[in-house]
Amino acid sequence: MLDFPGWKKVWLWFLTLTAVAAALPTIASLSGVKWPEALPGPQVNLGLDLAGGSQILLEANTSQVARQRLESMEEDVRRVLRQASPAIRIGDLSSSNGRISFLLDDATQVDRAREELLPLVNGSGPVREWNLEVVDGSRFVLTPTKNGLEQAISNAMDTATEVVRKRIDALGTREPTIIREGDTRISVQVPGLSDPEALKSLLGQTAKLEFKLVDVTALQSDIVQGIAPPGSEIVPYAPGTPLAGTSIAVKRLGGIRGDSLTNAQQSFEQRSNQAVVDITFDQAGGKKFADLTAQNVGKPFAIILDGQVLSAPNINEPILGGKAQISGSFTAESANQLAISLRSGALPVDLTVIQQGTVGPELGADSIRKGLLAMSIGSLAVLMLMGFTYGRLGLYANAALVVNVLMLLGVMAAFKTTLTLPGIAGFVLTIGAAVDANVLINERIREERKRGRRVVAAIETGYKEASRAIFDANITNVIAAVLLFAFGSGPVRGFAVVLMIGIVTSVFTAVTMTRLWVAGWLRKARPQELNI
Amino acid sequence: MRLLKLVPDDTNIHFLKWRVPFYSFSTLLIVASIALVLIRGLNLGVDFVGGQQILVTFTQSKEAPVAELREQVAGLGYGEPVIQIAGAQNEVSIRFPLPEEVAKNPAASDAMTTKIVKSIEAEFKDARIDDLTSVSGKVSGELFSTAMYALGFAMLAISIYIWVRFEWQFGVGALFALVHDVSLTLGMFALFQIEFDLKIVAAILTIIGYSLNDTIVVYDRIRENMKKYRKMQLPEILDLSVNETLARTVMTSLTILIVLVALLLMGPASLFGFTAAITLGIFVGTYSSVYMAAPILIWLGVDSHSFVPEENVGDKADALARGEA
Repeated sequence: MLDFPGWKKVWLWFLTLTAVAAALPTIASLSGVKWPEALPGPQVNLGLDLAGGSQILLEANTSQVARQRLESMEEDVRRVLRQASPAIRIGDLSSSNGRISFLLDDATQVDRAREELLPLVNGSGPVREWNLEVVDGSRFVLTPTKNGLEQAISNAMDTATEVVRKRIDALGTREPTIIREGDTRISVQVPGLSDPEALKSLLGQTAKLEFKLVDVTALQSDIVQGIAPPGSEIVPYAPGTPLAGTSIAVKRLGGIRGDSLTNAQQSFEQRSNQAVVDITFDQAGGKKFADLTAQNVGKPFAIILDGQVLSAPNINEPILGGKAQISGSFTAESANQLAISLRSGALPVDLTVIQQGTVGPELGADSIRKGLLAMSIGSLAVLMLMGFTYGRLGLYANAALVVNVLMLLGVMAAFKTTLTLPGIAGFVLTIGAAVDANVLINERIREERKRGRRVVAAIETGYKEASRAIFDANITNVIAAVLLFAFGSGPVRGFAVVLMIGIVTSVFTAVTMTRLWVAGWLRKARPQELNI
Repeated sequence: MRLLKLVPDDTNIHFLKWRVPFYSFSTLLIVASIALVLIRGLNLGVDFVGGQQILVTFTQSKEAPVAELREQVAGLGYGEPVIQIAGAQNEVSIRFPLPEEVAKNPAASDAMTTKIVKSIEAEFKDARIDDLTSVSGKVSGELFSTAMYALGFAMLAISIYIWVRFEWQFGVGALFALVHDVSLTLGMFALFQIEFDLKIVAAILTIIGYSLNDTIVVYDRIRENMKKYRKMQLPEILDLSVNETLARTVMTSLTILIVLVALLLMGPASLFGFTAAITLGIFVGTYSSVYMAAPILIWLGVDSHSFVPEENVGDKADALARGEA
């Protein structure tokens, strides 16, 4: 029980020193000392409630993914069957109730049509994306499979998360945390950012940019009533533009989408000193843009962002260099935001803010300062009480407690765990449990001495008998922590993580480390008496 | 140096003698707490009901001008806000339900926040906005249910573990003690209408963890004594075990209370409600381990043979129960 082979001693000391070393950068930063940059310095992340900052939770509009998928499938079906040789003629192509259906002109072509559609239906991945049925001999019905839809949503969410990350990185804030949460949510935390408005307007923009020709044949009276000429659609002006509140008609086809951009920069238009966004197309996009402008000199085209018209300037001359300028009553700030959004790409889904929070930096700093002070004074009192109650063994327990706190910080730093206010509660509970383990052991040793056992035997029995209760108590706490982590959210999880790590370090220090020290003392001093 | 002894060596208090009055009293408290929660309800924070919460500190004043603030904010046309002192006397939390139109237009909530903040800043020069939170009804419902599931599952799983390690009676006893602690804490929250948010769930979990620690220490000693003194009657064994572990119970409660009281007196105001909940819970938890978890074993009929291996029966459950597995 009290024998420790040499290798075990070395190993225990090594573990302790490593963990303590890992805690140093955190302690340095909390106490305001500058940590030398040459040394590795993993630190405990402070949660927003401690560090101050903004957090928002975004939810994707997944029905949009389903709708877009349906629309593009409809296009694909039309294209594939038209391009088949000889072309397969169909009619009555429509998508409704989440499925696509069409009628074959020639019922004998069923097998050929099925053959042509197979690659579309199967998709590129391992899951089949659509179910294909033929009813009444010549009507095809395509329904999206559950797996296919899920995969599409998952892909869209991956892309969206990536786009969000790029946009936030462009803000230049330090260490943002961007995590996909669940199937359709993205959680964004930006420490130190006290104005969430910028964040929200940056992420609220889908940034789908389109250039479409204005349908000059449309009658103003029709537009007001929302009636568009065939092949055109009505698009409203964006709020904040001079023509806000009115709409224009644009040609549905033949436009250019802004997803072939290589760059976007905010700048100022020289003559009017208006804020604008300079964009650069890639080669293919530049060529399309040159063709469109060359063929339509003198006609107006609309610059549409997220389904709203920014401006509709006339094309004065062909724009050949692959560069263009977007104007639309911007301020320098909003132009810069649009540039960032365009650079990082369009979001594949609309994101809505469903939860947000901001903690002022003063509050966080205040919480930390006062929390640390209270914990230090409280801990000091506990150390004194333990020393006065258990004498030498109490001092070992105290040393173990200090090592435990350092180890807990060290492990949390190494795993880049985030410490939140509830996490501090986990911390307090851990300290309580660590003290309790030593109280249990020492009380037991007291009892055994009272019953007349000799010092070494009493200590051995004390450790052995107390270990059982310590073990059971900690296992139940591990169970609680694991379940909290699995089912809980937010702060509850933060609490669970600290608790889990704390249970391991407190058992290690309170039971194993103190035993090592006590055993060393017993061997050296061979005491006949024990003041306990 | 003479060492400190918080509990004299030959302490022998007959805890069990008082079990009927204590039990009746506690059961009454549990029922009253549940009734309080049902009738008065918990003062759920924005985490759980959705809405907006703004935390304002008045840096130049000792006391927040609550009445003026209420008048100012209510005049904005978003209805009557809930304004409460949050922690220190110069800190207030202002709560509003989210506007109806938020479902269709998420920007409505932002516009509302901005308007409220601007109006406060204009009217009160020393107001510092510390915290802005807005939670949609959808998320808040989920937060509440996941928190409750987490609590429920944790309590259940712990009881099952104790059942496996000890005996089913002990599992039931521990569960009863946990229910006691949780319902009394909730009852206090309902009585004083302290704001109940996600942080408080963490506080309740801390209480559960602590109370459980206590219960298990007592149970472990009961198990040990049942093996040691086979002829002894159960009430005596229970009394003996509680007395033997009393020094430890007092010492541990004292140390954790020291840390908590330090946090209460000197810690950040934002932690006050949270720390207060844990502090009260420590008392409740200690009490329940001694007066709830142990006496219930008598009524549940723990057999002192439970932990004594029958002859020639070396089955696994027994080995496990003896803590030798």
